[in-house]
Amino acid sequence: MKRVLYIVPVLAFAAAAALLGSRLGHDPQALPSALIDRPVPNFALPSPLEGAPGLATGDLKGRVTLVNIFASWCVPCGVEHPELTKLAREGRVAVVGINYKDKTADVRRWLGQLGNPFARIGQDLDGRVAIEWGVYGVPESFIVDAEGRIRFRHAGPLRPEDVTDRILPLIAKLGG
Amino acid sequence: MIVETGHYALILALALAVAQSVGGLFGPARRSARLGALADSAALGQAVFASLAFGALVAAHVTSDFSVANVASNSHSSKPMLYKVAGAWGNHEGSMAFWVLILALFGAAVAAFGGNLPASLRARVLGVQGAIGTGFLAFVLFTSNPFARVFPPPLDGKGLNPLLQDPGLAFHPPFLYLGYVGFSVTFAFAVAALLEGRVDAAWARWVRPWALAAWSFLTIGIALGSWWAYYELGWGGFWFWDPVENASFLPWLIGTALVHSAIVCERRGALKSWTVLLAILAFSLSLIGTFLVRSGVLTSVHAFASDPERGVFILALIAATVGGSLALYAWRAPRMAPGGTFEPISREGALVVNNLLLATAAATVFLGTLYPLFLEALGGEKISVGAPYFDATFVPLALPLFLLMGVGPSLAWKRADARAAFVRLRFAAALAGAVALVVLAIEGGARILPALGIGLSVWIAAGVAVDLAERIKLFSAPFAQTLGRARHLPLGRWGMATAHLGAAIVVAGVTASSAWQTEKIQMMRAGDAVDLTGYRVVFEGVGEVPGPNYIAERGTFRVSRGSREIAMLLPERRTYPVERQQTTEAAIHTTWLADIYIVIGEGDGTGAHAARLYYNPLVPWIWLGAVIAAFGGALAAADRRARTPATAGAPDARIVI
Repeated sequence: MKRVLYIVPVLAFAAAAALLGSRLGHDPQALPSALIDRPVPNFALPSPLEGAPGLATGDLKGRVTLVNIFASWCVPCGVEHPELTKLAREGRVAVVGINYKDKTADVRRWLGQLGNPFARIGQDLDGRVAIEWGVYGVPESFIVDAEGRIRFRHAGPLRPEDVTDRILPLIAKLGG
Repeated sequence: MIVETGHYALILALALAVAQSVGGLFGPARRSARLGALADSAALGQAVFASLAFGALVAAHVTSDFSVANVASNSHSSKPMLYKVAGAWGNHEGSMAFWVLILALFGAAVAAFGGNLPASLRARVLGVQGAIGTGFLAFVLFTSNPFARVFPPPLDGKGLNPLLQDPGLAFHPPFLYLGYVGFSVTFAFAVAALLEGRVDAAWARWVRPWALAAWSFLTIGIALGSWWAYYELGWGGFWFWDPVENASFLPWLIGTALVHSAIVCERRGALKSWTVLLAILAFSLSLIGTFLVRSGVLTSVHAFASDPERGVFILALIAATVGGSLALYAWRAPRMAPGGTFEPISREGALVVNNLLLATAAATVFLGTLYPLFLEALGGEKISVGAPYFDATFVPLALPLFLLMGVGPSLAWKRADARAAFVRLRFAAALAGAVALVVLAIEGGARILPALGIGLSVWIAAGVAVDLAERIKLFSAPFAQTLGRARHLPLGRWGMATAHLGAAIVVAGVTASSAWQTEKIQMMRAGDAVDLTGYRVVFEGVGEVPGPNYIAERGTFRVSRGSREIAMLLPERRTYPVERQQTTEAAIHTTWLADIYIVIGEGDGTGAHAARLYYNPLVPWIWLGAVIAAFGGALAAADRRARTPATAGAPDARIVI
């Protein structure tokens, strides 16, 4: 029995190595292919703000929309915030947010301090909806076309060059 | 010509590494002293040629020789000299060459300073080091040759990633690598001990200074990295539980467990196979850390050099090194003579709990880092493990560890009197309790964690002070006697006290800056003022300032308190035209009790700029404490007793390390 214990480390390592090996060559920033060009998952979330509209699948149809997954505890979300604000102000795309695993008071304070660029916000308290979206980490942004299909995913904070080089051209192409 | 010399030197270093591993591993097995001694000279020679090779690479970077592909794609003639030098290790090929250089230097150090080791053990240690060196030199030469030429040479280079053009980061990799690679020595000692089939007090005594040296370097390396993230990424935080940060934190946690378990192994002859396992794991996690950064498997703010092709090679190297050593462990470790049993209330009992907590903490961080990958590999589902997970799992393990830190050093070996220890520490306990209550009162009882953190910090520091005072009979004996006792107290004891004091300072810094940070994020126009925790910050506007290889938008903020002007802060947003990238340069005013931290954001086109202002209490203590702790580790590593051959016989319970 005791001998078995000494074998545990090497077996654990073999499992970890197999895992790392199987992930080689996968781009962690890439969208799972299952979701691209697919309709957005079915969901309906209430807003964390009082008296404001929540966010549901139906809200993503009709025009090109940028869906941003954010949280007040996520530091890079504050970094990309000015980019979202600018996009929302320019009005070429509807900007909506899914607030990920956050406390209502925290997200209200966060939006109060930074300003609220989101036309609608859905509060995803337990992270279930984010999982449906295939979210790997916050922040993440998705571009959804007018038919409500996911066309693009960006993992990590949006930098100015991401917006100018990828987001804006795609929005123009989708006729946003 | 210099470049070809460097390339050739690297090939010679590979040949010598092969000789070192053959001589070191087969010499003792064939009982051939001459073959074993070959490992010594090969190790010294490998260090010479690896230094030559790396020197040639630095020379190519300093002279901006753009016919070298590595220089052309990572340097630029307009770059300041410091970053031309640092650029030599600020990219994938160069950093791997640097890694190999440090490995060779550590091997040479074992050959040069290992005179007191038994010949067969020294040969085997060098043999294992040589084998690691062979693998990584082959990796550098065959997949990541830093000396490859480009033809035709470009007129100028592509520049270094601007985020890396920073003094903190110029020195972050060298220290991190000294730490990572330093654990290769303890790893080699562990594998050599498994081959020899013997782990004893003497072995533990030889391993400890190497483990302490590696630990100290890694501590500095992690602190520099976190300092850089703090002021360069401009997010006002110092630790993000990012996969790459975790990758450096894992060997640190295991290394911390190792320096403690080796004491038990040395003093009580117990925890032998556990100590060997920790020594293997510390280096294994260092290798996995390198792999995570290079392979592009995980998303991270820090992964600047990622390439899946090389990932395959590194994964094969890791599989051979780690898998091989763990298989050897599974085969040989059960045969090692078990150590004696011991009492739960004793120094060794406390150290066992320390090891359990540190190992569990390492396991939770490891799982949190790899869990998303694991789930994805199984079901294709993508999830994130963020700071909330790590805060929720790490903090409950850290708190009892800190509690133990205050009392552990005061316990005697073998069987301690718990009541006597608490009587001795009653002042420390009372002080810590009082401070915690005051913090709780200020908080209005709303949060318990800040009170616990500050209280534990005081508890650790006071525990260290009481223990030291007791040992040198401060105030209870004439001053001359106290001085004499202080002089005769082993360096290892001072090292431990210093390291624990450093830890106490870090705990205070982390607690205060996490609990009481003030953040103001708003659009500001010239003339606007903000109140920031008793300070008044006035924004005076933004101007354009040219830098050596960038253009900066510089904001001017005046900070005052009452009627007294305290500082003028000039945060910048730099645009590097060569690399087409932007960086933020936070402006920081530190009082050593707190930082005022300002980052300027983009303008909105109408004259207003987004500004983020932070008041970060005690944040400088995090790095101050880390430096103090690393200094403590260095003191303990320098303890004379670690270098003299161990004497046989049971240790005296009163003379403590």
